[in-house]
Amino acid sequence: MNFSKIYALGLRHLYLIMNSFPRVLDLIYWPTVQIFLWGFISKFFTLNSEYYSNTVGVILTAAILYDFLFRASISFNMMFLEEIWSRNFTNLFIAPLKIREIIAALTLTAILRTLIGLIPAVLIAIPLFGVSVLKLGVPLVFLLLALYLFGITLGLLVTSGLLRYGPSFENIAWASLFFLAPLGCIYYPIEILPNLLQTIAKGLPLVHIFEEMRSILLNDTVNYLNILKSISISLVYFIIGVIIFYISYFGAKKRGTLINMGE
Amino acid sequence: MFIEIKNLSKIYGKFLAVNKINFQIEKHKTIGLLGPNGCGKTTTIGMMLGLVSPTEGEILIENKNMNSFKRDEILKRFNFASPYVELPKKLTVKQNLEIYGRLYGIENLENRINEISSDLDIKSFFRRKTGELSSGQKNRVSLAKSLINKPEILLLDEPTASLDPDIGDFIRSYIQEYKMKNKITILLASHNMNEVERLCNSIIMMRSGKIIDSGTCNELIQKHGRNNLEETFLKLARSKDEF
Repeated sequence: MNFSKIYALGLRHLYLIMNSFPRVLDLIYWPTVQIFLWGFISKFFTLNSEYYSNTVGVILTAAILYDFLFRASISFNMMFLEEIWSRNFTNLFIAPLKIREIIAALTLTAILRTLIGLIPAVLIAIPLFGVSVLKLGVPLVFLLLALYLFGITLGLLVTSGLLRYGPSFENIAWASLFFLAPLGCIYYPIEILPNLLQTIAKGLPLVHIFEEMRSILLNDTVNYLNILKSISISLVYFIIGVIIFYISYFGAKKRGTLINMGE
Repeated sequence: MFIEIKNLSKIYGKFLAVNKINFQIEKHKTIGLLGPNGCGKTTTIGMMLGLVSPTEGEILIENKNMNSFKRDEILKRFNFASPYVELPKKLTVKQNLEIYGRLYGIENLENRINEISSDLDIKSFFRRKTGELSSGQKNRVSLAKSLINKPEILLLDEPTASLDPDIGDFIRSYIQEYKMKNKITILLASHNMNEVERLCNSIIMMRSGKIIDSGTCNELIQKHGRNNLEETFLKLARSKDEF
């Protein structure tokens, strides 16, 4: 791994953000809208639901964590799509970069885009709704790690699809997260799901992450084994995502799609 | 031999894009790759750049199969420019050159950017976003990017397509001057016959994925009894079954 090349790719995306105020605004806008929306919903449920009584902020914290996952994945996809839209794809893939350096650069730079979008929203939630994700304490770091790994994995799967099917796969990029959200048990316990879906859901890290989040906020107990489980599952998916990306890259070379990408 | 293409083929599904082509490129020579649209030029360039995997055959660089090199090691010896491939539009010219300079691991990058920018006369729009430039300006920036690493092997795909005669001549003169001053091997795909006559030591004619003839410009013109390269190209492109 050559870190100066990874830095150069990161710099390319940093310049893109710095050169465009509307782009920064766009990054901040959606998470902030989410916080307002879920903040009011959360407030309503807190006042009217037995399950959520005296547990201000569970839904809003879930919304923030889910948005973190969403932003991480979308950031990864967006940076890849930017290369296609700007017709820079060929230049990038003929540069002396290893494929793992491209993956590393996208993975590391996605965190920057994610945080630019999310930090203002998280800060707004504190005075406006009296909710701070920091209440999760040290486990928050590990929950975010698990979410980030899984978000990047979804990004890897979507970009693999872009390599395989070309820019027409773009719409899937936007839909990918909504597909998994019902199984993620973000706002409700896993018991709500039918038995078959519960089995599938347990294979996703999201269930364990959000169960743990609720456990910390509702019962004030931390189960590090559960957190470790969620990180391990995310890591397995991440490795699978990387393998699929490589397969798609070699497949794209075979089909010749790398040379006309974006045209 | 510096570059040797041996029995190279590419099949997309049932379509035979490149059909067992063989050619060699000597070090520091400029070879023109000519042929009608869809004849396999871009696929051949794609295979040389590692963007397309050959179905059959091999590409040898200094007698060593290209696949035996590490991807980043071989690619830092190459570069490529084409008006159909652009640089990020929202980045300034300087930012783009900086990014690519870093990706190619250029030492004294600031000096190299200054040097190449002065040579190609792009300093006046250094701070402008690349997407705001005219076609001529974009082509010069794209050429600057393709030379940032002082490549040993430069692949050019129609470098002067859609440019006005003045800018086209500027680019051709620059490439001519650059190859005289620097030790560089160039493969030039072009539909501009004057450009090919001016820049290339020899040419390869392709049609339907095959090489149908090769030689110096004069050799081909004389061999086919035509007055210039354009007429020779038309004869070769239109005569379906002769070859």
